[in-house]
Amino acid sequence: MERPLTKHITIGGGPLNLSEYEKVGGYEACRKSLRTLTPDNILQLVKDSNLRGRGGAGFPTGLKWCSMPSLQNSPRPRYLIADADEMEPGAFKDRILMEGNPHQLIEGLIISAYSVDTEIGYIFIRSEYTLAAKRIKKAIEEAYEKGYLGFNILGSGFNFELRLHVSSGRYICGEGTALANSIEGNRAVPRHKVPRQTESGLWGMPTLLNNVETLCNIPHIINNGAVWFKNLSKCKDGGTKIFGVSGKVKKPGAWELPMGTTIREILEEHAGGMLDGLKFRGTLPGGASTDFLVEQHLDVPMDYDSVQKAGSRFGTGTMIVLDDHTCPVGMVHNLESFFARESCGWCTPCREGLPWTAKILKAIEEGKGEPGDIEILEFHIRALGPGRTFCALAPGAMEPLRSALKFFREDFDTHIRDKRCPWR
Amino acid sequence: MLSDEIKSEIQCGLNSCPTDRCAILEALQTVQRSHGWISDEQLREVAEFLNLTVEEVDGVATFYNRIYRRPVGRHIILVCDSVSCWIMGFENILDYIRKRLGIDFGETTHDGRFTLLPIQCLGACEQAPAIMIDGQLYGYLDRDKIEAILRSYE
Repeated sequence: MERPLTKHITIGGGPLNLSEYEKVGGYEACRKSLRTLTPDNILQLVKDSNLRGRGGAGFPTGLKWCSMPSLQNSPRPRYLIADADEMEPGAFKDRILMEGNPHQLIEGLIISAYSVDTEIGYIFIRSEYTLAAKRIKKAIEEAYEKGYLGFNILGSGFNFELRLHVSSGRYICGEGTALANSIEGNRAVPRHKVPRQTESGLWGMPTLLNNVETLCNIPHIINNGAVWFKNLSKCKDGGTKIFGVSGKVKKPGAWELPMGTTIREILEEHAGGMLDGLKFRGTLPGGASTDFLVEQHLDVPMDYDSVQKAGSRFGTGTMIVLDDHTCPVGMVHNLESFFARESCGWCTPCREGLPWTAKILKAIEEGKGEPGDIEILEFHIRALGPGRTFCALAPGAMEPLRSALKFFREDFDTHIRDKRCPWR
Repeated sequence: MLSDEIKSEIQCGLNSCPTDRCAILEALQTVQRSHGWISDEQLREVAEFLNLTVEEVDGVATFYNRIYRRPVGRHIILVCDSVSCWIMGFENILDYIRKRLGIDFGETTHDGRFTLLPIQCLGACEQAPAIMIDGQLYGYLDRDKIEAILRSYE
């Protein structure tokens, strides 16, 4: 089984420096791209590869690139951003990629920048990823010294400046337009979705935003082709995926596996199954803002369409596991408290509704729940749903709550009836 | 007063920014690196240096949880309170730290040694429960480990 993204990464080990990366074929794809391929060749390869965005939404990467305006009438400069603001609870895959092989990300950025013709790039990294930031900073310096970044890269006439932007916190920065506001030195509140960022992003210029894992795939697609990439997968979406598991399993961790590997295989074979004495009750398959899946879904393949068909979202592909000795009400309370704290406060339903939701869940968890509380929670699920708020934060926050009420309703009722949490 | 060294560091960041405003966060981070937090006086000086109003800079400063507008201790303990760490019992770790240091979230010990703050998922879920002190990540925590870690910070 091939593991192109993590082949040269040892968890907990040092990063590959530039010469080590070159020795294992690093920057070959960059050289090939700039010397023998046109930007359109690369775009076609990415489209043909069926690569979909690894940040959560799963939008086809090639299509996103196509939405950058054509070069003739384009304002300048154009920007490319690597979203390294990994803050979705449960997700830790981009950290592994950046700490273990920072040059892979940089190479992916250079090739992507060449294909969509952007002259300035940012890596937007969260402030707590101190080790990753240190390693990327050094890798950027090495890449400049060797002429992979800067003016006239490899004599191709293509110029690309790459900057590392270390953030100062807030989950909302993971929202693409809020991230742009943050780089511009504003409060990170989201912007209107129209026009799209590819038309009018950073400082009103065409801006392409891709997730770290998405960008890390690009050099491998260039080196090995679209057919090879599609064949890595067990489904129609191309490539491998870094899946993660956290919670009370024997071996929490992350593994690069074919896209479309089943939840059962990831959980049982790779994460070693549940800790002794515990049973699986459910999982948030793609991070905190995805719906619970339960035992009947264990054989669902982890790919965008299958997980969606099962009633959840693929998200970041990093699962959080709920066991039968952990309180589902307490877990959802923790999640909603997180989202309430992280609301940017810009729109009323999110700013007011999330704290209310968290408050009711706290009361239920502490044995102070009352009849009618469930109905208030259900009201919020509707009132904070898609289309009711300015951005996707609150609708995402409602996903685990909605599905918890569906699958663990009895637990909520027991809390309210017995006026206590049975696990406390 | 902002030192010349800090000013030149801010200027350096400013040079790669297309607007003055875009240098705000980096400037605040620079001041915070040497002073620990941002006082009203420093905020005013940063605003002046960047040709912005105090309100513009404070509006940004107060939005971000890693910019501190109140005094902090010599070391900052960030306790991950997100879902994977919750499942793995971060509350035990937090209780221990609270009792051991006599402070709650948002507080600083009397000797100015530690400030205790909650943090969004640290992205170390496979090592839960996890905390971070001054940028250093600690995972797979239990009470014994946390005690040894706290002792290593003066």
